[in-house]
Amino acid sequence: MLKFVTDKDGVKRYLVSLKVNGNEYTRMVKANSLLVNFLREELDLTGTKKACEQADCGACTVLLDGKPVNSCMILTINADGREVITVEGLATNGKLDILQEKFIEHSAPQCGYCTPGILMSAKALLNRNPHPTEYEVREAIAGNLCRCTGYVNYVKAILDAAENQ
Amino acid sequence: MSEKHSYVGKNLQRTDVLDKVTGRGKFTADLKFSNMLYGKLIYSTHAHARILNIDTSEAEKLPGIKAIITAKDVPSIRYGLSPARYDENIFCIDTVKFYGDKIGAVCAIDEDTVYEALKLIKVEYEALPAVFTPAEAAAEGAPQIFEEYPRNLNTEIHQHFGDCDKAQEEAYYVRTDRFQGQRTIHGVIEPHCTIAYWEGKRVIVHAAHQSVHYLQHHLARILGMKEGDIRVITPYVGGGFGGKLDVSGLDISAIILSKITGQPVKMAYDLEEVWLNGRGRHGMDMEYTTGVTKEGKILFVKNEIVIDGGAYTGLGIASAYYAGALLTVLYNFDNYKFDAYRYVTNLPPCGAQRGHGQPHPRYAFESHLDHIAEDLGIDPIEIRIINARKSGDVTPNGYELKSYFLKEANELARDASGWKDKKGKMAKGRGIGVGNGGFVSGAGFCQYRTDLPHSIAMIKVYDDGSHAIVYTNAVDIGQGSDTVLRQMAAEGMGYPYDDISIVSHDTDLATLDFGAYASRQTLMAGWAVKRAGEDVKRKILEMAAEMIKVKEDGGYRSGKLMPEELDCREGIVFMKQEPAVKITFAEVARAYFVKNGLLIGRGYYHPGKLGGQHKGAAVGTSPAYSSATQVSEVTVDEETGMVKVLNTWDVHDSGVAINPNLLHGQVHGAFAMGIGETLWEKVMFDEKGKLLNGNYAEYRLPTALDMPPVHSMILDTFEPNGPYGAKEVGEGATTPTLGCVANAVYDATGARVSSLPLTPEKVWRAMKEKREREEK
Repeated sequence: MLKFVTDKDGVKRYLVSLKVNGNEYTRMVKANSLLVNFLREELDLTGTKKACEQADCGACTVLLDGKPVNSCMILTINADGREVITVEGLATNGKLDILQEKFIEHSAPQCGYCTPGILMSAKALLNRNPHPTEYEVREAIAGNLCRCTGYVNYVKAILDAAENQ
Repeated sequence: MSEKHSYVGKNLQRTDVLDKVTGRGKFTADLKFSNMLYGKLIYSTHAHARILNIDTSEAEKLPGIKAIITAKDVPSIRYGLSPARYDENIFCIDTVKFYGDKIGAVCAIDEDTVYEALKLIKVEYEALPAVFTPAEAAAEGAPQIFEEYPRNLNTEIHQHFGDCDKAQEEAYYVRTDRFQGQRTIHGVIEPHCTIAYWEGKRVIVHAAHQSVHYLQHHLARILGMKEGDIRVITPYVGGGFGGKLDVSGLDISAIILSKITGQPVKMAYDLEEVWLNGRGRHGMDMEYTTGVTKEGKILFVKNEIVIDGGAYTGLGIASAYYAGALLTVLYNFDNYKFDAYRYVTNLPPCGAQRGHGQPHPRYAFESHLDHIAEDLGIDPIEIRIINARKSGDVTPNGYELKSYFLKEANELARDASGWKDKKGKMAKGRGIGVGNGGFVSGAGFCQYRTDLPHSIAMIKVYDDGSHAIVYTNAVDIGQGSDTVLRQMAAEGMGYPYDDISIVSHDTDLATLDFGAYASRQTLMAGWAVKRAGEDVKRKILEMAAEMIKVKEDGGYRSGKLMPEELDCREGIVFMKQEPAVKITFAEVARAYFVKNGLLIGRGYYHPGKLGGQHKGAAVGTSPAYSSATQVSEVTVDEETGMVKVLNTWDVHDSGVAINPNLLHGQVHGAFAMGIGETLWEKVMFDEKGKLLNGNYAEYRLPTALDMPPVHSMILDTFEPNGPYGAKEVGEGATTPTLGCVANAVYDATGARVSSLPLTPEKVWRAMKEKREREEK
């Protein structure tokens, strides 16, 4: 049971602690706080994008305990005690993840709005299946809509990353 | 340095890509300003109604609400694209004209409060009869949406060239076909967002927009301000495709609300609002009558298009002209009759969408042409080759094609796809089809009347010569203009690409450019940056000529050099005849600063006077036209009518590719959009004009699983009117797909579906009807 305080209007605010990109954060949030808004507004991690806000487009994909989720569909209180990785957490000590390197090499992003979501879906794929087939790559990012690229260079970049990780 | 170019034609890394893969790149919605408020528009919940009363009193009592504005609080000025069709108000006055029309705006300390307030605002309406199709709009006794558009006819076009009736008498074969194109939406992933705040008498506007200049220009007119008092900045833009080109209610409201509250105001659309106000592709009913010789040579085309415009005009006036204008660019015939009727209806307004006005007509004519070929027993690619225009042609409607290689595009697509071994020889349920397309490389005329250059660029060099910055208001909406413009600037200047950065889309910092629309940035902004680069180079060579010492006994030369004897590549100034005689750009730049002060280069581009004299002659003019041929293979499931695209060969005559990787990227995306519009996408409304599928669950964009392999190929061509020989690819690449895929489906089934999209139900019914016809 989460600790909470009740404000003068009777609205409860819950104490949540979660690990984001390796850092512990503790905050008070309303029950209806969405993880995507928490990341963007509270933590200023605006790399995670908001678009459809109904789990259709995948722009807000993050890893929650290693699994790709639409952060617009996750309540912040449900992320309590869990670990979140966003696009900002992909690079370590200034070194880009192989996926980021390959996205650059293949000029995969165009407008770039869907890019963080695709990166996170691809990261989850390579974590669970280091040697995916092309079909498995397509399946893994099928929940990430992109209007610019036809996914062509994203698919190439992810396969290339898998081969060279 | 034996290669002709150092940077043009190279797959250099995208300028923005590191920002985009790390998540640090900021889009408008990612920006925060201290004391910022959040706003939303108030929308009509009727398709056509008189506003009797707007009661905001309950909403105003809500703690945290800062301002609520409606028509009474803002200027009653009307705006739009063309002065004859300024038909939109900031907020509806008296009547609402579609479900989603804007009637006001609210701002508050946070989004939750804004949504609370919207629920408390009570609008009383008197419902009026509404029209939802051109046929209803044109009917006797139909309700009038605007006084100035009798029978709701908003735009009427009659462009007649040659003598179609005479040609019809002489034709060996004449055929008429009718097709329907549906309403679609751009499908940007980033919803529109605008943030505005005031600094004294000036307003700063951060907006997800395709043209900082047009936004500044139109806002100035609407708000009665000077252009110079409005600074427009465009952060990264999450896709445009024409949907972020009109001035929006967000832009105007954010500015006004910020003025009232004295605080920055952020306004954004939810996804459904993108459908309501994003101004996607028009629905069109198209009829073509074409006469040909026995050999398949086109003698005339009569083309009648009826267009559902939605409630306002905006860019839709241009869409209507584009619908018929560019057919003459593809095919060589002198007798052309184009008649179009754009009606206003009580549905969301339509505007520009990738390929502006012509993807549907391309689908229709390419399908029609296949029927003619079939009737005459001519191969579909052969009939296209017979009729393809070529370099040097001037169309009957006044467009000059400097370079045009549609014939070669057809030949390469045919050969690469193995067409000859496949056409007519494929297994049951499989088909192959061809489609042609192309587009203007930038519009020949500005959106408004002006004699200003279409693009201006400046390059500023650091005083030690170690870095340079190119300034332009070309807008990178993801197509990669920042990258190719840096490449062309570096090439023109003879300076290392890695040492040149770009400042773009900020009206205070950068220089005039009309922005990203009509596929214009590579050609038009390209000329400006190339010339700015060459201007720097000219100054450097003049200075270097004074500096380089040539040995008297060098055997080739003595005394002072002339600048013409020098060149500069990749930051090294050298003697053309004797490249070993050289000096670095940086040394010369520093000396230039000491002698003259600031080293800058300037360049600009104006396409000059283009086009004929007939009414509407301006639309479709361009310094250069691309062409493209696509061949696709499909399978059709006979049980379900489901179409799957298996493979596509996509050939582009785009002149010299400045960055081939980025060009192919445009082709991939254009093809994806094209198959979406061919097979799945359609904006739908209920019987009261309410949007039904304003989301990505019910409006189906192609996913990664829907995409076949795309073999994108570039013809080796050169455009004399383009910088370094380049012309467009971004919009033209969408235009062949609809006809191509539709023709492949026809090839697989023998049954033509004459309306888009080719849903499984329609394909299944067409096959069933064909079977029943054959059984009789």
